[in-house]
Amino acid sequence: MNSDASGAGTRWEHFPHDADVGMHGIGSTPAQAFEQAALALTAVVTDPVTVAELESAAFDCAAPDLELLLVDWLNAVIYEMAIRQLLFARYQVTIDGDHLRGRAWGETVDVERHRPVVEPKGATYTALKVGQEADGLWHARCVVDV
Amino acid sequence: MSQVQRREECVWEIPARGGMRVPVIIYADETLVRAMDDKVSEQAMNVAMLPGIVGASYVMPDAHWGYGFPIGGVAAFDPEHGVVSAGGVGFDISCGVRALHTGLRREEVALRAQELADALYRAVPAGVGSTGPVHLGMDEMNAMLTGGARWAVAHGYGGLEDLDRIEERGCVAGADHTVVSERAKKRQQDEMGTLGSGNHYLEVQYVERIFDQDAARAYGLAVDDVLVSIHCGSRGLGHQIGTEFLREMAIAAPSLGIKLPDRELACAPLRSPLGRTYLAAMRAGINCALANRQMVTHRAREAFAEVFPDVDLPLLYDVSHNTCKLETHEVEGVRRELYIHRKGATRAFGPGHPELPPEFKAVGQPVLIGGSMGTSSWVLAGSADSERRAFSSACHGAGRSMSRHAATRRWRGRDVVRELAERDIIVRSPGLRGVAEEAPGAYKDVTGVVEAAEKAGLARAGALLRPMVCIKG
Repeated sequence: MNSDASGAGTRWEHFPHDADVGMHGIGSTPAQAFEQAALALTAVVTDPVTVAELESAAFDCAAPDLELLLVDWLNAVIYEMAIRQLLFARYQVTIDGDHLRGRAWGETVDVERHRPVVEPKGATYTALKVGQEADGLWHARCVVDV
Repeated sequence: MSQVQRREECVWEIPARGGMRVPVIIYADETLVRAMDDKVSEQAMNVAMLPGIVGASYVMPDAHWGYGFPIGGVAAFDPEHGVVSAGGVGFDISCGVRALHTGLRREEVALRAQELADALYRAVPAGVGSTGPVHLGMDEMNAMLTGGARWAVAHGYGGLEDLDRIEERGCVAGADHTVVSERAKKRQQDEMGTLGSGNHYLEVQYVERIFDQDAARAYGLAVDDVLVSIHCGSRGLGHQIGTEFLREMAIAAPSLGIKLPDRELACAPLRSPLGRTYLAAMRAGINCALANRQMVTHRAREAFAEVFPDVDLPLLYDVSHNTCKLETHEVEGVRRELYIHRKGATRAFGPGHPELPPEFKAVGQPVLIGGSMGTSSWVLAGSADSERRAFSSACHGAGRSMSRHAATRRWRGRDVVRELAERDIIVRSPGLRGVAEEAPGAYKDVTGVVEAAEKAGLARAGALLRPMVCIKG
């Protein structure tokens, strides 16, 4: 599964893993790549375009490096999804050094309409990589246990 | 898998080299070994590098690429010099399978299978966003984390006789709710008594064939008997404990003097404060899983009673897959206490083991193997050899052979449901894409896995089960 959001290669993809699913966010900045990786997370559960922006959640994470920050960010989103039974359609991230501030907009899971597939359990350090690649874009990857 | 050397028909070895402290031993036939992803051997070799590992880094026949440890990985650690790994237990702490007798025969259940499927689907919360029958306040949450299935029985979910058929009699000692975060508890408050999603399920199954008459007699199984199998775990609480300790261990490893071959192997010395804290939290996670399966069982019993008012559903046995447990094993003729990580592997005590209920002592522990949706499941029996093979461990299921992504490209959920219906298997699920991701063809042949486990001496084939109804999470 993948998407091609508007703007210079900004998109998300899933990459295969034997039992779980790999998140891959791509953008022109680390923050955009993180936003796209979170959209990939939504897409594990349902098609993000079916999710309305009715509620929002705020996030604040800090970690020693960008890779740990990606895991923390995705885990913060997973936690909010679990506690409030939310799905998110859109994410906005700013990264300042080792500090991330994020916001997400979405709605409560509607089983009939969203037909949720699986529940993400946690982001792992497997295939974890954040960096700028040969295409000049930032790529953020890790496997999420489902 | 080029570095693998064959030792016996179903035993393969990667000799210790480089930073490996012990060899890797893979239990599988040639077909399974050839089909294993290179990542499995890579991960098993990384596990072999961890401090204090004893014997070997073992790989079960159903192994596949996990995170840190392979899924289907077993590793034992010395209490003084060894480590405990959050990745070696996994996010779904104590995810496991239990099987219940129904006392009903296949023909009787087949006549009312649709009605039964509807009742079970209504009764057992399954899938994303489902909530359980109770909201646990924090005091009750703490009592549950301490008491496990015993707490559930005390609250009316099942009877005391259930506890005799659960590992550790339904409650693992050494759990400490004070080291479980508020976030983890909050994540669990509405999830008690729920199946979850992904590969979790509740199935009504019948016994198609008996392979070991003695074991079948001891377990109370005969051809055409109907069973209920439940596969689920510690839900949000276990996931959150795994998340938090994986992070803490990954960050702390250098300061604890542990050189990790890969960050995903995050672990802490068993004697360190972090290692001890994780063990206490993980044990609370085990108790949560045991309580959860007990509550799901209660709901399944109520659903059965709607259709078959006079039946009881006594527990055959309950096994856990993702654990680290302190056990006594023989190593080179000496009895030693060891911390055994089983990540996607089942404990499989052989005949005579002191922890088995008296009625199973002669034949060994029931080892419940879940197949993929719509294919077979198995009841194996712990073998006398499993102690020396892999510290009394066996496989846990079929193991995926295809990613979820590939499965959804290949199958449509609607077609999978229809094809299973044509084979008299009723599927109830909140979502069709989830059904496609769990399509039977996305898994290895569970029979091949079981045959390899038997040939390797991990467990004996007891009985083959076929599904009639599948409630998929």
